[in-house]
Amino acid sequence: MNLALRDIRYHRGRFILTSIGLGLLLGVVMSMGGIYRGLFADALAVLNSTKADLWVVQQDTNGPFAENSRIPEDIRYRIAAVPGVAAAAPLSFETLQIDRQGKPFRFFLIGYDLNGFGGPPAIIAGRSIRQKHYEMVVAKAMKMALGEKIHLGLHDYTVVGITGKIVSASGDPAAYVSLADAQEIQFQKDNDAIRNDRERIGANLSEIQILTPAQAGYLKQNVASIAETTHIVNTVVARLAPGADLGEVQERIGRWNHFRAISSDEQATILTMGMIQKAKMQLGLFRIILLVISAVIISLIIYTSTLDKIRVIATLKLIGSQNRVIVGMILQQSLLMGVIAYAVGWILISLTYEHFPRRIVLEPFDLQALFVIVIAICTISSLVGIRKALKVEPAEALGG
Amino acid sequence: MYAIEVERLTKIYGKGETAVTALSDATFQVRPGELVAILGPSGSGKTTLLTAIGLINEPTHGRLAIGGATIADEGWLRGLDLKKIRRERLGFIFQSHNLIPFLTAQENVMVALEINEVGRAEAKKRAGELLTALNLGHRLHNYPSALSGGECQRVAIARAIANRPQVILADEPTAALDTENGKNVMGLLKKLAVENHSAILVVTHDHRMVEGFDRIFQVSDGRIVGETGNAGSA
Ligand SMILES: Nc1ncnc2c1ncn2[C@@H]1O[C@H](COP(=O)(O)OP(=O)(O)O)[C@@H](O)[C@H]1O
Ligand SMILES: [Mg+2]
Repeated sequence: MNLALRDIRYHRGRFILTSIGLGLLLGVVMSMGGIYRGLFADALAVLNSTKADLWVVQQDTNGPFAENSRIPEDIRYRIAAVPGVAAAAPLSFETLQIDRQGKPFRFFLIGYDLNGFGGPPAIIAGRSIRQKHYEMVVAKAMKMALGEKIHLGLHDYTVVGITGKIVSASGDPAAYVSLADAQEIQFQKDNDAIRNDRERIGANLSEIQILTPAQAGYLKQNVASIAETTHIVNTVVARLAPGADLGEVQERIGRWNHFRAISSDEQATILTMGMIQKAKMQLGLFRIILLVISAVIISLIIYTSTLDKIRVIATLKLIGSQNRVIVGMILQQSLLMGVIAYAVGWILISLTYEHFPRRIVLEPFDLQALFVIVIAICTISSLVGIRKALKVEPAEALGG
Repeated sequence: MYAIEVERLTKIYGKGETAVTALSDATFQVRPGELVAILGPSGSGKTTLLTAIGLINEPTHGRLAIGGATIADEGWLRGLDLKKIRRERLGFIFQSHNLIPFLTAQENVMVALEINEVGRAEAKKRAGELLTALNLGHRLHNYPSALSGGECQRVAIARAIANRPQVILADEPTAALDTENGKNVMGLLKKLAVENHSAILVVTHDHRMVEGFDRIFQVSDGRIVGETGNAGSA
């Protein structure tokens, strides 16, 4: 006969309530782990959806996510020609904050070559971008409807498609436009700035005595157009041909002046290291605190429930019960409480994690590890009760 | 062979100035099937004697044997598993019934059997039969809180005799009961002594409860000061 279960059956109301309370606590612990994993998933969302092997960026930068990186768009052709590279595509990234319906609205604008890759991963409503200009695909989290318009730079953009969970490393939802549009939004200067620049270039050139006015005018045109070029991207991503050696390709591009080729693994490290480290410590600390609280609660519950049973324990000892019967009763109760609380927490978090404002990722490994920790906590917590129980004298069963 | 033998059994609580001699030089024997009462005022050492024989209170001096086997001689003998002896050879009945509150009547009896390695199904069957024999057949699945004081004490008796112990020790078993229920319980013990051939030692301060006992020891200040009864004595 299992004494632990009989006791629980008899005191089921109390037992269930405490288990639910503990379950809520464990649910929070699980969500903390999920938030941490979510930060990771967010940080790597663009990286993973791009499915590139190499990220070519400006030399000496950790671009394009961690640092500003600007490279000419046409380097893509040179990269595509490197032996081992199967395809190369230019991408531009920019975090924008605009006013929308009177509120600041932040999102991450990704410009991609409509014939290349790095565009929205999966369209869940509407369609992909078809026109070269002024069409936009937005992440679901942007909460925009198909057909809705938004003013960026000098033009209105129309939402033609919705994609899934793509966010920037800081959790801002992503929006996709064609590369040309993105370049315009990012690099196009306004008309006043252009006029000022041209006048400055013209003034500088006219001071050069050896130039005829005609030559100076021609040069002014050319220099200005270079200064005004928007054919700049933040990165060119490349996919390797099957069997190609990543290190070799990386080294080859690295030998060119002005470029650095970052592997996708290196990019992942850049994205996660700095920013995640603090969040990890913060959340980790919270989890430890909550687990300690759980441990204290479990110990207290088990201890008081042992105190309630002193007479039962004394009687059992007096009639000759083996210690394992008594230890088993306390330990099993503690474990059962942990298991039920874990289940409650798990159900709770499984039902709600989709509705959190930031992504929560429940990794089986995290959940399993937590289960093991909970079991360990229950075992250790029950020791206080067990110690007490083993000290009970059988003679305490006598008397009134 | 005697079921219980005590010889110059002495218990001194504490040491030095604060030492209390709760029991001194108790000597007697109880045969199987004998119903013996220990009668005495409060504080006279009855419980001390009973717990020493119940192997939960180490005697300071003297010899104790259960079923012919010496258990204590100037303290416990070494290498004995007192718990095992308790669960196999002794049955306990308490002043308050000491039933486990979260177990039904039947389960309370089953516990005693199961800790003695009786299989679950067998324990269930025997507990049911035993309780039925004690007129509790209709109460098998009730918790102690739903039973009357007399019913609880009968369940406790069933638990004490479940393993057919050689010796049953009862400490004020009627103290929490009214006179009628008390007499019923004593009557039941008498019957058990005869039927199970167990030695039954009942401690009480209530002389009205001891009629019909084979022998009655009077205790005062830790000493056996008198014995009445008809069986042969040492
Ligand atoms: N654990 C103990 N420590 C010290 N003194 C005790 C202890 N138990 C009992 N005594 C003393 O021993 C004497 C006999 O007690 P007890 O055997 O309980 O008597 P009874 O059961 O007849 O009332 C009393 O004076 C009591 O105070
Ligand atoms: Mg007493």
